[in-house]
Amino acid sequence: MKSVRQTALDVQNGDASALSVLEESLARIRARNDELNVFLYVDEEGARAAASALDERVARGENVGALAGVPVALKDNLCQTNIPTTCSSKILEGWRPPYSATVVDRLLLAGAVPVGKTNLDEFAMGSSTENSAFGPTKNPLDTTRVPGGSSGGSAAAVAADMTPLALGSDTGGSIRQPAALCGLIGVKPTYGLVSRYGLIAFASSLDQIGPLTKTVTDAAMALEVIAGHDPLDSTSLPEPSPSLVAHVEDGVAGKRVGVVRDLIDGADEDVVAAVERAVEVLKEAGATIVELSVPEFRLGLSAYYLIAPAEASSNLARFDGVRYGLRVNADDVTAMMEATRTAGFGEEVKRRIMLGTYALSAGYYDAYYGQALKVRTLTIDAFRRAYHEADLLLGATTPSVAFEFGSKTADPMAMYLSDVFTIPSNLSGEPAISIPFGTGEAGLPIGVQLLGPGRSEAQLFAGARVLEIADGRP
Amino acid sequence: MTLRDGWEMVVGLEVHTELKTYTKMFCGCANAFGAAPNTLVCPVCLGLPGSLPVLNVRAVELAMAIGTALQSTISPSTFHRKNYFYPDMPKDFQISQYDLPINVGGYLDLPDGSRVAIERAHLEEDTGKSTHLGGGGRIHGADRSLVDYNRSGVPLVEIVSGPDIRSSAQARTYAAELRGILIATGASDGRMEEGSVRIDANVSVRRSGEPLGTRCEIKNLNSLRSLVRAIDFEAARQVELLEGGGTVRQETRHWDENLGSTSTMRVKEEADDYRYFREPDLVDLVPDQAWQDRVRDGLQPMPAERRAVLTQRLGDRAPALRDALEVVIDLGLDPYVIAALDAEVDADLAFARAANEIASDLVHVDNLSVESYVATLRMEQSGDLSATQAKTVLVEILANGGEPVSIAQSKGFERLASGALGEVVAKLIEENPDEWSRYRDGNEKLAQFFIGQVMKLTKGQANGKEVIAALQARR
Repeated sequence: MKSVRQTALDVQNGDASALSVLEESLARIRARNDELNVFLYVDEEGARAAASALDERVARGENVGALAGVPVALKDNLCQTNIPTTCSSKILEGWRPPYSATVVDRLLLAGAVPVGKTNLDEFAMGSSTENSAFGPTKNPLDTTRVPGGSSGGSAAAVAADMTPLALGSDTGGSIRQPAALCGLIGVKPTYGLVSRYGLIAFASSLDQIGPLTKTVTDAAMALEVIAGHDPLDSTSLPEPSPSLVAHVEDGVAGKRVGVVRDLIDGADEDVVAAVERAVEVLKEAGATIVELSVPEFRLGLSAYYLIAPAEASSNLARFDGVRYGLRVNADDVTAMMEATRTAGFGEEVKRRIMLGTYALSAGYYDAYYGQALKVRTLTIDAFRRAYHEADLLLGATTPSVAFEFGSKTADPMAMYLSDVFTIPSNLSGEPAISIPFGTGEAGLPIGVQLLGPGRSEAQLFAGARVLEIADGRP
Repeated sequence: MTLRDGWEMVVGLEVHTELKTYTKMFCGCANAFGAAPNTLVCPVCLGLPGSLPVLNVRAVELAMAIGTALQSTISPSTFHRKNYFYPDMPKDFQISQYDLPINVGGYLDLPDGSRVAIERAHLEEDTGKSTHLGGGGRIHGADRSLVDYNRSGVPLVEIVSGPDIRSSAQARTYAAELRGILIATGASDGRMEEGSVRIDANVSVRRSGEPLGTRCEIKNLNSLRSLVRAIDFEAARQVELLEGGGTVRQETRHWDENLGSTSTMRVKEEADDYRYFREPDLVDLVPDQAWQDRVRDGLQPMPAERRAVLTQRLGDRAPALRDALEVVIDLGLDPYVIAALDAEVDADLAFARAANEIASDLVHVDNLSVESYVATLRMEQSGDLSATQAKTVLVEILANGGEPVSIAQSKGFERLASGALGEVVAKLIEENPDEWSRYRDGNEKLAQFFIGQVMKLTKGQANGKEVIAALQARR
């Protein structure tokens, strides 16, 4: 598939019809979806109707939007009116939301064509997409390996060239980690930059929606469309969408880049080597390199695995069989709720609901949830100090390249460690981007991560673009 | 009712009031009573996956108005989630305020001279309404449960009193005074029968001078009568238990209006752990001073002030009119009464028509202007309308609106022509010689017989006092 930018240009100029672009996307999905298990649902009919309507508008000479004719894959925790939305859970199988997420409305308004819903770890809880109730997604670059998670389906859709753009959600790294493992750009925006209305919550104070693409410019274009204040989300930032695409080529000259040991140490050698090469590239591009140690980042993982499950235990309470989704009948209402939840949730979801319920319980709150909130504050303060010394931070996205199926499923802690470098940004609510930079073991892509203070996305894209060019993608 | 010698009851009330906003607390659905089930719902108040709450500013203002009227300190506050599973709660958690409520502290002075402390008055959302079929109307053992989510997400304020109440009569006075305040602030319509005001009573007993006893909470009392009966029953039950050597178990109890008794709903030991934590989908609520001042400046006079105004106005006649005065103040009808008094309507009449006719159809009070009320009473006082006719006119205006003179005309309520009453009375005396002779012999009860007959023949056009005068003239 052509890039987001080229596709939109072609459709806007009448050089390609939105329908022909869509048919190419659908053909690619048909060709590989059985093998890779990327899409849980493909809305061929709706997508064709949207593409045809767009082509008619082009023919009438109307302005059709920044993402005209761009096929987009939606992670299946984003609501789209009347399209099955499952969160890869049996508990929601068959549910069709009566409304669309704000991001979906904004994509449609910009002329994008949603083609379907992609696989994820159930309720976005996982780092490999192996926790999906509908089977794992395979990494298109090596089908013996995971695509990462939880936005594994969205990453695979772009990596397999089924769509040039996918949306994911990132609670502890769920966009950036699969982007790294599939060789893509993945953006976790500033908390509140993108409306969460219509994103089925995992952990409300950490969740953010963001794009996965093959190029930095494509990601900036998509983020410009979905960002900006939304009155339906009380945590939405008040400002309109920032200007991003215009700053992609700004470079890093004069910027201070903090290289954070705590976001590198512990990673595989090939990953460490890639980060070190990235440091050299940024230096050559005119950045000042600052070595930083931020030990608080190492506490993030433990805090995250209390805060996120605590919020999830409450967010997922509503799946009780009363109003929608699965219902397993039993003698009375309480028994029905128990039977429904027992049958409807997978093991990892149950594990986190139990963890979170425990962390919030009377007598344990202070020692677990309360303590985790304090660590979160420490993390925020640590970032603030780091940004006194640097404009951007650099580290690895993941400790390793894509791993093999089953290699971490037996040990939840090993799986949780996949998120160790991505979690701090979620705790602080600040933006981060993963950029493919070189390859490692078995020729698989490595992701490096740029982090910045709140609303510094333009600066992150500029830094990412420098690395993208140096990695041979001018 | 008083407790046995040496015993004292200690009562605290939690009053839940639905706020009279146009829309619900966190979405744009109408906040209205009586619509067909599940017609006032949207993704937010149904708790559909992915939906998010947005706070209704009007609900915050009404909560601040209540707090201001109760002398509370309006404070920076937060929202929490109260987590428990129940089918009428769509998210299986309730958004409520926990350790940082919007209104902190305060007090309410009662007409009897006592003062009851207010601990807090906080915002929260209402749940849906369950109807359990079979199994005695309770969720356990029900064959089917039906849920109406129209009420889900309706804004509530919960007003928690201190344990300062010492009798069921005082509890009643407190609840009535508070209801008057809720109406005066515009926060509530005060209709207990529709569930817009619901009361939980915490009741304990102790021997005078001893520390507080173990309390029981009686849930969902929805009339002042139930409140009084439930407290009296519960206090007496506890005294009997303690005098028999037993102990009171801390528990939540259910009041059965038909049986006139309370029974165990759930024991505190097995109560849920609500796992409160900050609602991450909402931001902190910090009303600035300017906003607080606007709310304070917008407040109408509270019942105590209005009661003082009317009492002073009535002077010597105040004691005799006390009951009607309380009704008028409670229901906020004093503008009608004062306007009538200003127009030199007799106080008895000015109070009676408000405390009876208007009070009976409070739902439609907006149909009756103060001017129409005064005009109707003036027509009655001058004899243009009989008492029956005046009441009919008021009932008609309340039900369907309109203006008194034209309604009186359309109903044919014309004053009996002079001389006509005399003819009717003469005819009746002739037709009922036995009754007439007994009346003449001093049986005053028979006046009512003649009045009734006159009313029948004149279709209510006659004035009762004039009938008596006509009878007296012929005695």
